[in-house]
Amino acid sequence: MSKFLNLILDHMNYIGGIALFIIGLHTVVTHRNLIKKIMGINIMGTAIFLFFIAIGNVKDGLPPILNDLQDHLTFINPLPSVLILTGIVVVVSLTVYSLSLVIRIYQTYGTIDQEEIVAIQNEEQKND
Amino acid sequence: MNDVIVKSITRIIVPFAEIYGIFIILHGHVSPGGGFSGGALIGTSLILYTLVFGIKKGEEKFSHRASEFAESGGIFLYVVIGLVGMIFAGTFLSNLSAGFPAGTPGKLLSAGMIPLLMIGIGIKVASTIITLFHILVEEEEEVHE
Amino acid sequence: MKKGLTTALFVILFIILVSQILIMPGDLGINSPSYNEVTYYYIQRAIQDTGANNIIAAILADYRGFDTLGETIVLFISTVAVASILKPVAKYEDEKKVNKHE
Repeated sequence: MSKFLNLILDHMNYIGGIALFIIGLHTVVTHRNLIKKIMGINIMGTAIFLFFIAIGNVKDGLPPILNDLQDHLTFINPLPSVLILTGIVVVVSLTVYSLSLVIRIYQTYGTIDQEEIVAIQNEEQKND
Repeated sequence: MNDVIVKSITRIIVPFAEIYGIFIILHGHVSPGGGFSGGALIGTSLILYTLVFGIKKGEEKFSHRASEFAESGGIFLYVVIGLVGMIFAGTFLSNLSAGFPAGTPGKLLSAGMIPLLMIGIGIKVASTIITLFHILVEEEEEVHE
Repeated sequence: MKKGLTTALFVILFIILVSQILIMPGDLGINSPSYNEVTYYYIQRAIQDTGANNIIAAILADYRGFDTLGETIVLFISTVAVASILKPVAKYEDEKKVNKHE
């Protein structure tokens, strides 16, 4: 039993990342408001970043900045952090673009509730 | 906003936040930070100014013309430095083999072309944040005749 | 009924994912499989090749500078995309009508 608890404590970072991903997915699927769905997509992206950066962690490691030019110091892995910097920018620009699409949807249909928009579209299709 | 406390505290905080953002950009090769976080700090402090004092005063500080220059200028600076590397050493974006001064590691004037690239990235990120905010917030003018 | 079913499905998904995460190697420190020769090369030769103290800035601007250029272009494209959706179109049509009358 204590072996199982030690196993969970060692993998706590990964379990946190997956919990955030499941919360984000539940938000996208369940809520009807369009802006809450966009927030859910953003949360899913952040969860994946946490999972990826936690792979490069070393216990009792120093941040990778060389100050004293000593040898035999253990630094953490700098490579996942660099790759995630580009990913953050991509997620931000996707969020901004989808928010501007929501503004256009509101100007066209008058509501941002997903089931009402589908009902208006079905009525327009029937009238054609 | 018409609150006295918010206006006076914003007037005090915004210059210090801008200077701290420029400090983080310029020391990108010595301490943690770099172009992206410094640019986000400058952009966010100008958004705070626009939120408190209104859209018209915010547009005086960072007009449409200035954002046009900053958007293109950031990428232009990056590509020009890369082409300088290509002329002198044969490969795009080469650092020490193209003649940029190396200096002593730890001082401000070191690491070749890395501070110049950080300045270009910082200008680009700050301009993107402010321009997107102005586009999302401004209202349509009525042009119907 | 529907909400309870959805929540139960997500809890089952969470348990399946966690049971496969526990197989991954835990705190191994330096001997973990992601700490390979590329990381040792970057850490040992950053000052020699670039002259910068910050290893992450050296990787971002010198060793992998081309990716940063691509990311800057993505920022530029996002501004153009938002401006192309939200700028009013009625202005252009009114200008065409005015030019026709003259």
